[in-house]
Amino acid sequence: MRKVLLPTLIIIAASLLVIRIFYLQVIDDSFKLKSENNAIKIKYDYPERGYIYDRYGKLLVANQSSYDIMVIPRDIKEDLNVTEFCQLLNITKEDYYKRIEKAKVYSPRLPSVFLAQLNKSEFAAFQEKIRKYEGFYFQKRSLRDYEVDYGANIFGFITQVNEKLIARNPYYNSGDLIGKQGVEESYEEILRGIKGVKYIQKDKYNREIGSYKDGKYDTIAVQGEDITLTIDAELQKYGEELMINKRGGIVALEPKSGEILALVTAPSYDPGILVGRQRSKNYTLLYHDSIAKPLYDRGLLAEYPPGSPFKILTGLVALQEGVIDENFSVSCHHGFSYARGRFMRCHCSGGQLQLHRAIYQSCNSYFATSYMRTINKYTKPAAAVDVWSNHLKTFGLGEFMGYDLPTGKRGKIPTSKTYKRMYPNGGWRSTAIVSNAIGQGEVVMTPIQLANMMATVANQGYYYTPHIIKKIEGEKIDAKFTTKHTTSIDKKYFPPIISGLFDVYNMGTASRLRVEGIDICGKTGTAENYTKINGVRTKLKDHSIFVAFAPKDNPKIAIAIMIENGGFGATIAGPIASLMIEKYLKKKISRTDLETRVLNISLRSEYAKLGGMKEAEVIESTPKDSVLKAKIVTPKTPAPKTEPTKTAVDTTKKN
Amino acid sequence: MKNQSVKNNIDWISVIIYSALVILGWLNIYSSSLSSTEGTYEKQLIFIGCTIPLIFVVLFVDGKFYEKYASIIFIVSLLSLAGLFLFGKTIAGQRCWYAIGSFTLQPSEFAKAATSLALAKYLSDTQINLKETNRQLQALAIIFLPVMLILPQPDPGSALIYSVFILVLFREGLPSWYVWTGFITILLFVLTLVLETYAVILIAAGVLAIIYFKGRVVDRNLLLSTILLAIISGFVLSVDYVFDHVFKQHHRDRFNILLGKTVDMKGIGYNTNQSEIAIGSGGWLGKGFLQGTQTKGGFVPEQHTDYIYTTVGEEWGFAGSSIVIILFVCLFLRIIYLAERQKTKFSRVYGYCVASILFIHFFVNIAMVIGIFPTIGVPLPFFSYGGSGLWGFTILLFIFLKMDANKVNEW
Repeated sequence: MRKVLLPTLIIIAASLLVIRIFYLQVIDDSFKLKSENNAIKIKYDYPERGYIYDRYGKLLVANQSSYDIMVIPRDIKEDLNVTEFCQLLNITKEDYYKRIEKAKVYSPRLPSVFLAQLNKSEFAAFQEKIRKYEGFYFQKRSLRDYEVDYGANIFGFITQVNEKLIARNPYYNSGDLIGKQGVEESYEEILRGIKGVKYIQKDKYNREIGSYKDGKYDTIAVQGEDITLTIDAELQKYGEELMINKRGGIVALEPKSGEILALVTAPSYDPGILVGRQRSKNYTLLYHDSIAKPLYDRGLLAEYPPGSPFKILTGLVALQEGVIDENFSVSCHHGFSYARGRFMRCHCSGGQLQLHRAIYQSCNSYFATSYMRTINKYTKPAAAVDVWSNHLKTFGLGEFMGYDLPTGKRGKIPTSKTYKRMYPNGGWRSTAIVSNAIGQGEVVMTPIQLANMMATVANQGYYYTPHIIKKIEGEKIDAKFTTKHTTSIDKKYFPPIISGLFDVYNMGTASRLRVEGIDICGKTGTAENYTKINGVRTKLKDHSIFVAFAPKDNPKIAIAIMIENGGFGATIAGPIASLMIEKYLKKKISRTDLETRVLNISLRSEYAKLGGMKEAEVIESTPKDSVLKAKIVTPKTPAPKTEPTKTAVDTTKKN
Repeated sequence: MKNQSVKNNIDWISVIIYSALVILGWLNIYSSSLSSTEGTYEKQLIFIGCTIPLIFVVLFVDGKFYEKYASIIFIVSLLSLAGLFLFGKTIAGQRCWYAIGSFTLQPSEFAKAATSLALAKYLSDTQINLKETNRQLQALAIIFLPVMLILPQPDPGSALIYSVFILVLFREGLPSWYVWTGFITILLFVLTLVLETYAVILIAAGVLAIIYFKGRVVDRNLLLSTILLAIISGFVLSVDYVFDHVFKQHHRDRFNILLGKTVDMKGIGYNTNQSEIAIGSGGWLGKGFLQGTQTKGGFVPEQHTDYIYTTVGEEWGFAGSSIVIILFVCLFLRIIYLAERQKTKFSRVYGYCVASILFIHFFVNIAMVIGIFPTIGVPLPFFSYGGSGLWGFTILLFIFLKMDANKVNEW
């Protein structure tokens, strides 16, 4: 027994140690992480973001260097010439000591920011002498430098990644920057490049003592690629100028390729205000303006019943279904009585109409009849609606279009399911859904869908998915943008419609908007809209809609314009469309009087009914360097009424 | 007649394990001191080099020398400890070193071997019977003499080591209640720190009551049981008192950290926390030689001395840590095995002393590093940096190996 005690103790003790070590090393893995945090510092080398160019190679977005002056308080030498130092950085001595004190409070040993975001010229003088000042060094940062003051909705902006994304995407770390909205978001991975990583071994004082494992795991930063957009910068700028004092969206496409030539939303803002020290203040303002919604891309997101432009599709489907032909005629008596007691008013000049005149005069009766014939062709209205709906879907409607911008809306094309939900007991017939014929009812489209519809008509039956990317350096653009989508409408049914659209400009609703030398095909429209003012549903002035393409033969541009509360389509949207087309095709405007008139249209009084944020309005800018802005006659605003100062003292409670 | 040369009779198994431990120790010192500029691993290499002539001297001294001169060696050793009070050099508040040029020598490292020799010499006398209280006290006196000289240096770690001699005495016939008393004392001490004082007394009373009523009626001794309870209560209360009033704050902190009462990872808990992180981050196979991030960063204090095992844990992982433990255990068991086959009581007791001393160092050191024992400065034999320690343990071990090799010459 006495001989056994020591060996037993040894074995028990050794087992105890091994068990504990096993627990520490194998079971509890929290120590591994602690050690990483403890001893390895990760340094990132951020590559410069790629530049953004317009379709003609004009530089739109570049980068600017900014410099943060860093300080390690402990390393500052006693004999530092503070006077000279402050002169170079243009700060006061008090400021200098205050900043040093602040840095010391954070840590005397660790670097902290002494002076943030100096630009090149502010930094240049200091840079030459920085070696003299031990304890100070600089950190270069790259910020976006916007060469233009428009196109904010296209570019998007750069912001810090949020926690959610960090959790989801291992690439990003806290404090990293990421593109949000616009092409900065959709081409984030191409623009940003890949950051380089350096693992640095630290000691217990947090000092760097060299590279971890001789840089075995280090990676080199990969530069971001430049991208070329399909945007025509001049056209984009012009569009934004025309939208001054209006709200709405413009989408211009090149029909042959689906390239987005201009994507205007109003109000917008100068992209430059979301860079640098004022960024967060400005962003907060823009973000909170929920009425004017400057961050809301109306060209992509504004969903409305399209109104009259939809008649193009009603006509095409009816032709394809064979329920009408070019010569089919309807007699219009300023309206259409489609059921007992149901009457759809019409503003055409009346009489016997055939397809051609029905289009340029936008006859409701004609298209309502065509639509009902389409639906009534089939014994079951449900089946008929699906046939009709499927035709429309080949135009890319009722779906996300798949373009390369991060925001979008599906719009809506009703199917039999829609009506089954609305009329669970069935019993609905063509008469119940006839408003679809004239783009009201259940049909909803976005401006870009409207523009794409026009591009498809211009192409006589096909389209390419709209896209904003023209070229990525060293890479191919997504194949889906070079895939032709053909509609279910036979090519031969397009010319009669197109000729009708052409005469909209010659004899129809837009006859005053003709452009010398350009054959434009277009269609006006209006969308009813309501809002709640003080809890009461109030009908506002109609949204003005206009769609067009030009030239009639060999079309080069298709455009859709929506002006919120702009009234009848031909009053605001139509003129803007024709100016945009002229600008794009002729590069110069001949009808300067029309231009001046459009520029001077202000819908602010209309929008004022909705309320809004005064502070945000200031930065919701329109192009600053606009030559056209000079043409806008600013009404002399009466001097702001000063509140009469209250002199009467309220004495009621004193007695 | 067998070949009498040391070369043929020395226990090569022990020598090989010893060499393996020394080499592994140096590799880890090399890794942990690579970033420092104090020349630590070069010095240790010199220390290791010096052990070779030392071993030759130890092995070629006449086999009877150690037994004959045990008392003189012991007295010289005691004098060297006492001399510290006059000529000692104070490093980090401890007066444990003699300074010879740039080198320092720690006599307490050699005193272990001297005490072992003295104890073996005393017990090998055939007249000695450890059942006699007188003899017990004399034996304990041999152990306590160096302890009294080491404690005030102050070096509680080295002093603690001497408690292990109880195990040697037990092997040689010390009544078992000594061991039980020691065991119960430690248990009560820990319980008192963890639980409330009165709870420990209640538990003790309960246990005594169970023993009292379960025992045979004839064995029941109410007086003895009451006295025992009184002693236990007194002990528990005094532990409480000593802990609160006699212990210095840093002693209390060490216990509190261990018992999880205080969590202060930046202050007093730093050592243990950092060493646990270093070892814990090793995983199954470790980060590889010279790849320990904690080791390189110098996060673990005293890493080349008392905390050298953290480098093993971090760079060699569970595999390496276990191998080191297995090597030590093999060495201990081998020494015990060799001790038991000795022909003379002197060499048997000495062998037991060697195994016990090495074992207590091994256990206290590693247990401290992995956070199951309070922070007490005890080196890991053959591993920790330091000439005195390495030479002390080498002499301790090789005197025994010499005795073992010499046993064929015994009559």
